[in-house]
Amino acid sequence: MIDEAVVARVLTAALRTGGDFAEVFAEDRRTSSARLDDGKIEELTSGRDRGAGIRVVRGETTGFAHTSDLTEEGLRAAAEAAAAAARGGGGGVKEVALHRVDPSRPHEVEILPHDVPKARKAELLLKADDAARAAGGAIRQVGATYGDSHRRILVANSDGLLTGDEQVRTRLMVSCVASGDTGMQTGYEAPGRTIGFELFEEVDPADIAREAARRALEMLKARPAPSGTLPVVLKRGAGGVLFHEACGHGLEADLVGRDASVFRDRVGTQVASPLVNLVDDGTYAREWGTYAIDDEGHAAQRNTLIENGELTDYMWDHLRARKAGRASSGNGRRQSYHHLPMVRMTNTYVLAGQEDPEEIIRQTPYGIYCVQLGGGQVNTATGDFVFGITEAYMIENGEVTHPIRSANLIGNGPEVLRAIDAVGNDFDTWTGTCGKDGQGVPVSSGQPTLRVSAMTVGGTAA
Amino acid sequence: MSELLDIADRVVAQARPGEQVEVFLGRGHHTEVKVFDGAVESLSSADTQGVGVRVIVGHRQGFAYAASLEEAVVAETLAEARDNAGFGTVDEYLGLVAPDGVEPVDLDLYRPGVAAFPADRKVELALELERAVKAADARIRGVEAAEYGDSTSESAIASSEGVRASTRRSSCSIYASAMAGEGTETMTGTGYSVARSPEDLDMAKAVKDASEKSTRLLGARKPASRRLTVLLDPPIAASFLGLLSSGLSASSVIKGRSLFAGREGEQVAVPFLTLVDDPTEPQAWGSSRYDAEGLASRRNVLIADGVLRGFLHNSYTGRRCGVPSNAAAVRGGYRSTPGAGSRALRLTPGDRSQEQLMADVGEGLLVQSVTGLHSGANPISGDFSVGVEGLLVRDGAPAEPVREATIASTLQRMLLDLVAVGGDVEWLPGGAAGLTLVIGDVQLSGS
Repeated sequence: MIDEAVVARVLTAALRTGGDFAEVFAEDRRTSSARLDDGKIEELTSGRDRGAGIRVVRGETTGFAHTSDLTEEGLRAAAEAAAAAARGGGGGVKEVALHRVDPSRPHEVEILPHDVPKARKAELLLKADDAARAAGGAIRQVGATYGDSHRRILVANSDGLLTGDEQVRTRLMVSCVASGDTGMQTGYEAPGRTIGFELFEEVDPADIAREAARRALEMLKARPAPSGTLPVVLKRGAGGVLFHEACGHGLEADLVGRDASVFRDRVGTQVASPLVNLVDDGTYAREWGTYAIDDEGHAAQRNTLIENGELTDYMWDHLRARKAGRASSGNGRRQSYHHLPMVRMTNTYVLAGQEDPEEIIRQTPYGIYCVQLGGGQVNTATGDFVFGITEAYMIENGEVTHPIRSANLIGNGPEVLRAIDAVGNDFDTWTGTCGKDGQGVPVSSGQPTLRVSAMTVGGTAA
Repeated sequence: MSELLDIADRVVAQARPGEQVEVFLGRGHHTEVKVFDGAVESLSSADTQGVGVRVIVGHRQGFAYAASLEEAVVAETLAEARDNAGFGTVDEYLGLVAPDGVEPVDLDLYRPGVAAFPADRKVELALELERAVKAADARIRGVEAAEYGDSTSESAIASSEGVRASTRRSSCSIYASAMAGEGTETMTGTGYSVARSPEDLDMAKAVKDASEKSTRLLGARKPASRRLTVLLDPPIAASFLGLLSSGLSASSVIKGRSLFAGREGEQVAVPFLTLVDDPTEPQAWGSSRYDAEGLASRRNVLIADGVLRGFLHNSYTGRRCGVPSNAAAVRGGYRSTPGAGSRALRLTPGDRSQEQLMADVGEGLLVQSVTGLHSGANPISGDFSVGVEGLLVRDGAPAEPVREATIASTLQRMLLDLVAVGGDVEWLPGGAAGLTLVIGDVQLSGS
């Protein structure tokens, strides 16, 4: 993307005002998407984003500037702006010698989406539309979007690191509206992987569409969700987002460092039920949050966060790790070259336990069973978090009964972690986008079927 | 500014016979200062630019964008959009809009103050904000975030149908999040101020909000579940108005995703509710001279005295419904094609302050923050369920704080269960103005 000698000269220029760390992050991202709605392919879109972000760190202060001009002149201008922002004193010349590091990739990409004819991408959507509409006369509308991205990054810094990565992601999203006596309901299904068009060798668009349609039709039969405190059973895959919100964000070292996490000073202590083992694993092949290197050039890792309920570590980026005198955990990510990196999750998983998932339901006299969640939000300083349910059922006398309408569940992270009283021996994952401080990055979460003994369900039924 | 239009004109001139071409260009400069513990944590400056090209040929549409205004990249973008048009479905209603002769209102959305504001002053402002929040109350143990941000931006649109428009705007903001209390007793509160120029930023209000909103929640507990009357603080009310927005888009109506579809002329809200979308209002954050297809912005009445009066149209939805566009095309910058939607929603205010409304209500819940709006509110079914923090209202006055609770109802019911609209209009960032809303019979879930 940029000549090695140019990168070295730009880094040298960036340090000229006395910075003690400088970094060039260059990115070239091509995206393509196709959108179907109301029975029509509305349009195909092609996108191109290319540029570099340069940061200069001096003490506790970071200066940052970015540019879409990748010539040496453009990069130098950005480097000077970042250096001025970091406001160094003395300086002098600090030469930077770069050493190229080729990361080991978690898996290979087989079919680059760019090599696939556009007509084939459009066909996937028509197939999804047909399948969803065939699922029942009550399906009134179908929206489907295909999207792929091919992101090439280069990271070089004044420690001498020079490395790069290519990240290919492919996703299909189908949403349905069903209409009945109770008004309109919606259903959604959206698998995505960090792979190319081979996604569709394992994922059939018609199956995805049928699942979205089934969900919308099922919700037409839903009754109002209960209101109050109840046991909650989360189906495998559906509940990973609970851990993402209940403790994942609170274990990000930047928030811990600002005293904005309820998990500060808790390493080595019991923070969860002994049944809980939590990892954040950026190396998990093909998953939505997977990469070879993070956006600071550090190799992705599998990091154990909670072991048998005991907090073992936080997640770290370069700056926070440097301050703590330890190594980064490979969690420094950014949405694009427009942004500064910060500590972010990758694939955050609760590991499988011992119990039969069906037995967990049977041993729940009254509660709710969540099959699909719709995202959430947390205040890390208080630990209070919410997540939405988009497909859920009542459990009555140990059996799953009628569906309930969508609602938020609310809880306090440390309390909910302690209240996990059953963990199944199954496992699945969920694809999502995590938003933090205005930056969205692809993540996945995953978990076995498990039960929280008490959470507040925000429905409308007494 | 004319430079952007020049680029657009050059692309439009390449339209082939039988082809409609629309070019949207954006360019901006942004800076952001974050401080922590009395020192600058980061200072960022960024120039962004990009182009989005829409091509319609044979009633098929294609689109492409690029984050660059380099001539070769723009040419490649046009070629991609043209190629993409070959794969869309033929739709006789597709087509670009022609100018409709409506003159734009004169809006002063750009002030030279932002561009002239030196970096040192930005840093000082952020540091001063952090210091002031910390000093505002002895119970504030830390400031999680203290930031200053600003931007200047310009955009231009031109098309083969004769549309030609350009605008520019400036904005700046300060934002702080305070943490009060210790350990598990921690509560947070945010304060901010937005303006078109730095001298109009209201530091005192940002400090007061962050301080009061965090400290008054100290000792908050989970309340008992029950049905009650809620008062939504102006920013929360604005968020709820935003949820109505998608249902008022003609695009949602056409596609069967609007809870207002087929209800024109019906009483959908209490008789004292009048809702307009008015991007010609200079105080509204979402105001603009033109819509996203380059037509002059105009005021649209959506609900008058509780009766649904109409929907928001762009040229496509207008053509499908047999009406002209009412200049409600919206787009998320150069990366997307125009949809139809609101930019500056506003309710006709009542005449009571929030204190008076609390006194009128007697018993209820004053909601000062919500969480999970994106996961717990479904604008299609109308169901909503959101996490809340706030104060119980007892004997007409604020009483004990609550946390870890939710409120739930449906948007349809909320419009009919409205008890009062406050007179306390706040012009907030985002697509709606805020004022206190009082809603009866809402389910509170707690213990």
